[in-house]
Amino acid sequence: MEALSSLIDGFGVLGDPANIMYMFIGITLGVLIGVLPGLGGANGVAILLPLTFSMSPTSAIIMLSCIYWGALFGGAITSILFNIPGEPWSVATTFDGYPMAQQGRAGEALTGAFTSSFFGAFVAVVILTFLAPLVADFALEFGPAELFAVQLLTFCSFVGMGKEPPFKTIAAMMLGFALAAVGQDPTTGELRMTYGWYELLRGFDFLIAVIGLFGIGEILLTMEEGLAFRGKTAKINPRIVLQTWAKLPRYWVTAVRGSIVGCWMGITPGGATPASFMSYGLAKRMSKNGANFGRGELEGVVAPETAAHAAGTSALLPMLTLGIPGSPTAAVLLGGLLIWGLQPGPLLFIEQPDFVWGLIASMYIGNIAGLIVVLTTVPLFAAILRIPFSIIAPVIVAICAIGAYTVNNAMLDISFMLVFGVVGYVFKKLNYPLAPLVLALVLGDMAEGNFRNAMILSDGSLSIFWSNGLVGGICALAIFMLFWPAISAGMRQFRGSQPRPAE
Amino acid sequence: MQHEEYGGDSLVSQRKADIVVALIMAGIGGIVIMDSLRLGMGWSEYGPDSGYFPFYIGLAMVIASLGTIALTLLRRASSEGSFVERTQLRDVLKVLVPSVVFVVLIGVLGIYVSSMLFIGAFMRWLGRFPWLTVVIVSVCVPLALFLLFEIWFLVPLPKGPLEDFLGY
Repeated sequence: MEALSSLIDGFGVLGDPANIMYMFIGITLGVLIGVLPGLGGANGVAILLPLTFSMSPTSAIIMLSCIYWGALFGGAITSILFNIPGEPWSVATTFDGYPMAQQGRAGEALTGAFTSSFFGAFVAVVILTFLAPLVADFALEFGPAELFAVQLLTFCSFVGMGKEPPFKTIAAMMLGFALAAVGQDPTTGELRMTYGWYELLRGFDFLIAVIGLFGIGEILLTMEEGLAFRGKTAKINPRIVLQTWAKLPRYWVTAVRGSIVGCWMGITPGGATPASFMSYGLAKRMSKNGANFGRGELEGVVAPETAAHAAGTSALLPMLTLGIPGSPTAAVLLGGLLIWGLQPGPLLFIEQPDFVWGLIASMYIGNIAGLIVVLTTVPLFAAILRIPFSIIAPVIVAICAIGAYTVNNAMLDISFMLVFGVVGYVFKKLNYPLAPLVLALVLGDMAEGNFRNAMILSDGSLSIFWSNGLVGGICALAIFMLFWPAISAGMRQFRGSQPRPAE
Repeated sequence: MQHEEYGGDSLVSQRKADIVVALIMAGIGGIVIMDSLRLGMGWSEYGPDSGYFPFYIGLAMVIASLGTIALTLLRRASSEGSFVERTQLRDVLKVLVPSVVFVVLIGVLGIYVSSMLFIGAFMRWLGRFPWLTVVIVSVCVPLALFLLFEIWFLVPLPKGPLEDFLGY
């Protein structure tokens, strides 16, 4: 059990009290970010990233990943009390969580949500602990062709598994790649697509894109919906917590199923949002209380929350082992690693064991800390939500502007942020997905580099992508994913059922 | 393409917005292709040229956008929703326009003073808060940000004449 001994070393890294402090700061900030509209996991981490440049990478990643856990927990608060999903992955939590709050069972719903989040995350961390070293070992053998094939699979999965129209997914993704290519070509040093505009030399920073797309875009959308927070009060006390905990073991099948769905969707880049819906749908179909779903059934809160949290956590597995993030927030964390000079991928486990295992150990402790923080501070965060939007909105815009500026100390970036904000608003309304855009922007240079190296190896012949079973298999799976929407539409037609209207 | 009106006061239909955005995306794809051709999309002595990869990116963007346009045109117009209504657009512009002014002001006044003006104006104009609340919030938030960034984390942010005057 090599993983176990490494993990114990990892806990040693956490012995540093400063790291424990950063962990609690991170969780609290994360819950705050998850609760406020316009600040989510991805752009919250993006804004705070520059603040961590002066810390040691291990402390920084612990704090940032705790912000991420906190945001995952925080999304449930707004869903249950206000029927407003603070994050897309908590949409499914509103289905049963809000009715429960209306019936005066908000405390029970919140306890159930937090505890199942914790359970999902815990399962995912355990899987990550034992699977990550194996994947990393395996991936050590990868050459550029294999790496590109895995990246291809990632992007094709978005087309195959996303619920957005495939053409729009591809267009958004390619926009990300195109923006990533702007600036100096890393291999030849030539300037690409700058059109004589010298500020573009640096290219587009994905952090700016994330802050604009998710932050400003969200504020514009919230404004349009004319949001007035009118929430239920949260009464949560030790008695309710204990009563709910006594009920929860009944739903263990749902929780385990949710965790498995979540881990699967997190590792393959399906993401937390589809995982939560899938788990909710499965639970509704399979549970004997299925008919009550949507009317305030605790099991309907357990299902999406376990899956969302498991997916959010396991999204870090491909990020650490292969350098491929499973979610936009993981992409931002990956960007952070690159800035600190750490190259994610299989070598990270060999070269930076302290860092990797410190991070993994912090996931265990961070989730326990998160559970304690959210259970004790719910009323406080619910009160924050009652601050009128006309105060929250300008403050968040100002914080986003500061975040955008601090990335490169460039004024122009603040303007780009606004432009990305409008793009994010329009894309959301037209059903263009944002996650593939962000991931393409992050991975663009890396994917291009791998592709070029593979081409150099093979003297420009594409046959290198099916030169051995492994790379061929991954590529075949990728192509299958890419054409899955067309295949499934064809199958539906073949069965003679009503074809879905073209999207 | 004929104009569609759907009661209410829809400004732009979903369909029209879909087509316009897809055309813009195709246009961006075109720009990418053009630049890739300038750089060379073939093979040089170092291997693939600078335009090799982006060329196909641009191409995929154009094809996907044309696909979106085709699907949008095939879609029945009667089932169309509205992209944005007049009141919605007004609400969005209420945030967007002040934000643009804010960003312009950052360059002139520095981030703290312009945050103060932005938050204050927003609260007074949209939130109709009493002046006292407006002043308290709009002064305290930038002050807190100042302490957090300049003092605690030592991250310098853009400053303007006021900070110069105060000698910071």
